Amino acid sequence: MKYRTELVGVGFATFLALLGAAFARDALFQAHMWVLFFVLLGGTVLLLRQTRWGAAAAEPVQSEAAYMDGPIRYGAIATLFWGIAGFLVGVIIALQLAFPDLNIEPWFNFGRMRPLHTSAVIFAFGGNALIATSFYVVQRTSRARLFGGDLAWFVFWGYQLFIVMAATGYLLGITQSREYAEPEWYVDLWLTLVWVAYLVVFLGTIFKRKEPHIYVANWFYLSFIVTIAMLHVVNNLAVPVSFLGFKSYSAFSGVQDALTQWWYGHNAVGFFLTAGFLGMMYYFVPKQAERPIYSYRLSIVHFWALIFLYIWAGPHHLHYTALPDWAQTLGMVFSIMLWMPSWGGMINGLMTLSGAWDKLRTDPIIRMMVLAIAFYGMSTFEGPMMSIKAVNSLSHYTDWTIGHVHSGALGWVGMISFGAVYYLVPKLWHRERLYSLRLVTWHFWLATLGIVVYAAVMWVSGIQQGLMWREYDDQGFLVYSFAETVQAMFPYYVVRAIGGLLYLIGALVMVWNVAMTILGHQRQEEPIGGAKPSSQSGLQPAE
Amino acid sequence: MALMDKHAVLERNATLLLVASFAVVTVGGIVEIAPLFYLENTIEKVDGMRPYSPLELAGRDVYIREGCYTCHSQMIRPFRDEVERYGHYSLAAESMYDHPFQWGSKRTGPDLARVGDRYSNEWHVQHLIEPRSVVPESIMPSYAFLKDTPIRVEDFSTHLIANQRVGVPYTEEMVANAEADLTAQADPNGDWDALLARYPKAKVGDFDGNPQALTEMDALIAYLQMLGTLVDFSTYDEAAGYR
Amino acid sequence: MDYNTMREFADSWALLAMFVFFVGVVLFAFRPGSKKQADEAARIPLKDE
Repeated sequence: MKYRTELVGVGFATFLALLGAAFARDALFQAHMWVLFFVLLGGTVLLLRQTRWGAAAAEPVQSEAAYMDGPIRYGAIATLFWGIAGFLVGVIIALQLAFPDLNIEPWFNFGRMRPLHTSAVIFAFGGNALIATSFYVVQRTSRARLFGGDLAWFVFWGYQLFIVMAATGYLLGITQSREYAEPEWYVDLWLTLVWVAYLVVFLGTIFKRKEPHIYVANWFYLSFIVTIAMLHVVNNLAVPVSFLGFKSYSAFSGVQDALTQWWYGHNAVGFFLTAGFLGMMYYFVPKQAERPIYSYRLSIVHFWALIFLYIWAGPHHLHYTALPDWAQTLGMVFSIMLWMPSWGGMINGLMTLSGAWDKLRTDPIIRMMVLAIAFYGMSTFEGPMMSIKAVNSLSHYTDWTIGHVHSGALGWVGMISFGAVYYLVPKLWHRERLYSLRLVTWHFWLATLGIVVYAAVMWVSGIQQGLMWREYDDQGFLVYSFAETVQAMFPYYVVRAIGGLLYLIGALVMVWNVAMTILGHQRQEEPIGGAKPSSQSGLQPAE
Repeated sequence: MALMDKHAVLERNATLLLVASFAVVTVGGIVEIAPLFYLENTIEKVDGMRPYSPLELAGRDVYIREGCYTCHSQMIRPFRDEVERYGHYSLAAESMYDHPFQWGSKRTGPDLARVGDRYSNEWHVQHLIEPRSVVPESIMPSYAFLKDTPIRVEDFSTHLIANQRVGVPYTEEMVANAEADLTAQADPNGDWDALLARYPKAKVGDFDGNPQALTEMDALIAYLQMLGTLVDFSTYDEAAGYR
Repeated sequence: MDYNTMREFADSWALLAMFVFFVGVVLFAFRPGSKKQADEAARIPLKDE
């Protein structure tokens, strides 16, 4: 019988969820367990429908020589699905800030929707992109099939379950209030389990590689996996009120808790949104450009310097707070030093194209990757600048921070992921090329315009509000009440929502393009400016 | 040269790469976080600080659940404009019983570190039900449902016990009286003497304008009304603690 | 261990040690002998599909 172990496992978990709902100590935990029950019940039914009963007809044994691409295909689709969901929620909460009547209490108030947005884009969109590409890259650069057989499927589905539980929890009001680590203790425990499985699959594949050297992209992926494990476990240390209740109280308090959280928070940026995606850059940019990375030795320095420096930068989120000065200063100094390895990585990525700059004109996927690297350079300059205490005293608590985060997230993380998925889809579904390169160009410009609008508007609104808060008249009185500074933000909030909407539309164009590619269609279109005919375009390097 | 070949080993040995990169990423965290548990100015006790009363704690749980921290900070920085707008800058000790901390990172709304005693209970009720009826420029969502959501009193002592386990000095007496204190604080006819002996400066009385029911609105306002009011800055010695 | 001792240590010896270590890493990575090996490693993604 196929899926025997899987059926027993999921069925048992479904039963446990039912018990959790029956014996829950509070209403929210009960509601969350019902959600879990129905999700797992759906999973059980799906598995049952896939199962063939009776004596196992000899299943075609998967050859060890073939790469395992199933979870990567699912991962690419999940990346797009959660991407659209996350961008959509982002547009909605942007509109809520401009038009507060769009809040629908209690489940769709801003305070519950905002974690939904951040988790959806960081962990659901970014996380799926990282897991899928890391599985792809580690197999190709190790020339070995994924380790652990169906464990990779457990990682994929386990991670989706984590996302569903986290997202539904936020809307119900289940949160630890730790930014980017909001899920409560039982969801955290589940993620820990999934993450260990991920590490086993990834590391196991490296162990059985046929290539003597471990390619640098895998270093970045590996350090991302290991560091996130460490950060996740330490930052989520908490004591639950009851093992049948949702509420927990964090192990640390006050200053210690704040620094632990921002040590986590900044390295979620440093290792999840940077190191992981640099792994992506070090594989997909050379692939798409059909030339090796500019300087492999620079990438070694880049790696060690980046991972060493990043971990210190957390305290710059706590400038001028009750955190001791020495910790703030350390955070600032390391943040500024971080500028150098970041730009080393940027140069390494960009210069990979040296001698092939014409591809920028003919290949919109390369253009997307180059823009991603440019935004990486831009936001890793802006970040160190904002970590300088004098600058931070103005920028902190304002929209400038939001703008900075989005130029990194939309520009760097989003664009490099889109580029990688565009590269992957024809390969994974064995298509000759993408449905349409012209649609990629559309996506590129819609997204770029969206980012530029978003970031520019947030600079203005952030700096304006920061200045309004500290403006004195000549008698020495504060000029503006807080409410007046909120009112002044209205036009910026409207335009910001438009920027986000453009980005969302670009992503929808991508979904259409990818769906048509998977279905096997090819759009008949003129090749892009001087490119060779489409069947031999840059998409399908002759290897 | 032998040493020069060492990195080649690292590049070919997955276990070593794992261990080395893990070692490299732990340094910064250890150097920055560990001293905070020992250095005097992060663990000093300031007069007036006490654990949250059960009703305040329940209100704090509502504050966390609704994600208030996504728009409101509770950390006043030592700048002239902030001190004039919000009050004395925040001390480390003022969040020593905060599991987790609620310093926040964004001021879409104003700082709340010292919002206690600034507005009446009636203002808070009105503001939480329909924010724009009292602050026309506000973009805050409505939280009217809090008024209709009762607080679950049963077993509330388990919340105090969980806090005890993470180091909050709730006494056995506080735990034993948790449920009684929870109801008494919002009961206009309650016996407040014992409660105030356990939790000095706690705000008492009906908060939500509905003395019959103990609601989440009662709890949230009880929490907001005590924020930043515990330390008496007229007697606080600035020089004693550097920041 | 108070604030000043830590600060003095951090901005003198600790800083120097980290800088020296960094220079060492850079020199090491760019040592002449590593060129061939690095070029080989850089071609790994292009080797296989």
